[in-house]
Amino acid sequence: MPARNVWRRATSSLARGAVYGLTAVALIPLGLVLWHTVVNGLPAATHVDFFVNVERPVGIPGAGVAHAIVGSAIMVGIASAVAVPLGVVSGVNLVEFGGGLARAVRLAADVLVGAPSIAIGLFAYVLFVAPFHHFSGMAGALALAILMLPVVIRTTEGAVALIPAGLRESGLALGLPRWRVALQLVLPAAAPGVITGALLAMARAAGETAPLLFTGFGNRFWTVDPTQPMSALPLIVFHDALTPYPSLQQQAWGAALVLVAAMLVINLASRWVVRRQQRFAGQL
Amino acid sequence: MSDLSAFRQPVVQAARPELRAVAGISQNKLRIKELSFYYDRTRALKDLTFDIPERRITAIIGPSGCGKSTLLRVFNRMYDLVPRARAQGSVLFEGEDIVTTRRLLELRQRIGMVFQRPSPFPMSIRDNVAFAPRLLGWGSARVKEAVARSLQAAALWDEVKDRLGDSATSLSGGQLQRLSIARCLAVNPEVILMDEPCSALDPIATLKIEDLMVELARDYTIVIVTHNMQQAARVSDNTAFMLMNQAERCGELIEFAPTHELFNQPRDRRTEDYITGRFG
Repeated sequence: MPARNVWRRATSSLARGAVYGLTAVALIPLGLVLWHTVVNGLPAATHVDFFVNVERPVGIPGAGVAHAIVGSAIMVGIASAVAVPLGVVSGVNLVEFGGGLARAVRLAADVLVGAPSIAIGLFAYVLFVAPFHHFSGMAGALALAILMLPVVIRTTEGAVALIPAGLRESGLALGLPRWRVALQLVLPAAAPGVITGALLAMARAAGETAPLLFTGFGNRFWTVDPTQPMSALPLIVFHDALTPYPSLQQQAWGAALVLVAAMLVINLASRWVVRRQQRFAGQL
Repeated sequence: MSDLSAFRQPVVQAARPELRAVAGISQNKLRIKELSFYYDRTRALKDLTFDIPERRITAIIGPSGCGKSTLLRVFNRMYDLVPRARAQGSVLFEGEDIVTTRRLLELRQRIGMVFQRPSPFPMSIRDNVAFAPRLLGWGSARVKEAVARSLQAAALWDEVKDRLGDSATSLSGGQLQRLSIARCLAVNPEVILMDEPCSALDPIATLKIEDLMVELARDYTIVIVTHNMQQAARVSDNTAFMLMNQAERCGELIEFAPTHELFNQPRDRRTEDYITGRFG
């Protein structure tokens, strides 16, 4: 008997060791990315100039990325304003009404989720840039919206599908129309999942470079006008990191750090929203 | 259960003898005539004909799969949610045929439903009851009145009046079921359909709901589907016994009678077998 116990304990600790070890290995790349971003980005990102000034020519001190932060915020903001309502309503529709159209939408969303973002950028270029002969923040925003849309649709669908049928039936049995039950009863019940999906889609859009290359294009100057070319944090990283100048490379690291920090904030926000909603709604 | 009298004893002294005395006065609220029901091509109900009297409790009993719940879902057209389900025949409700009516939302307001499992809306106790009245566009004073009135009528008011703002999910199972009833009462229904409302409750909560049903039957017509024959015997005025027709695989009405008659002098052999537990 004791011999078997020893054997069991040994196997158990071996297995546990393997699990912990492999988890640590999986975390190594993540840790390295964070570490490098923080170490290289902090020197740039600890200057106030970095957050209040715009780009300056090489050699002139006090350069910043304020225009890119604002540009990212504006483009992601417009993209969300377009994609979130549209995606949420489509997602609800997929579950609540179904039918042939729903199957087509689901397929389209799945294809769109997998589409390379550069292709979406190209598509947005043809649609929103070429006709106007002009790069613009608006074109960038719409490219990002196309990118966000399928994510929002599918996460909304997933969240709404988890709501028990009893809730829907209870609403309908009160004599409420289907669309009101769907939007005012089922959707709020699914809110934590829907909001999380929307925030994660926003985070993804904020980090995308490819769709902005030939839509938002980038801009060295301050602008809040979405009809003008607009800069964004990923574009700063892309452009500055490719230059041979250490000062600009540092700007790139700083911009990357701001992006990572923004992701962290969005993720924490989505967790907070979920927890707050669950405390009130409890287990359905 | 060889000694039948032991079983029948409580049935004879069933609830509400005072109402039985005036049983003849009641009007028929729902008149079911040659009702058949199909899920796609499968027939689920066959040629049901009986009347459900107003301000009485009508119980529908029978073994699982005999179509009790299906029948209940015809009365408020909940079956519309099932693709390719259709009813044939008629159910007259105040002169209007439920099977063919186009005023579905009005119908469901007037014929409310309480489900087997309570589904609290993810909001406060007050908002649960106020939800439908608000969406119907009632003014805030009227909504407030409806919340208080419905919670009182559902015998929940005293337990929750000091915490109307709390989440509904903080309530116990029995309270949740009474909240479902309050929610249903808020829109002023005439008929309340109950689909196994006590099957998830403990005996004490069950008794409370049964008392409540008897109370509500003063103002509302109640139709209850139940597996629990003692429950049907305790609360109902009339009982419909349904059984699955083994040859055609669809539900049939075997017997419909005043509850004390059905339990004490069943006319049909199959009814007797079922209520005495000899049903195979």
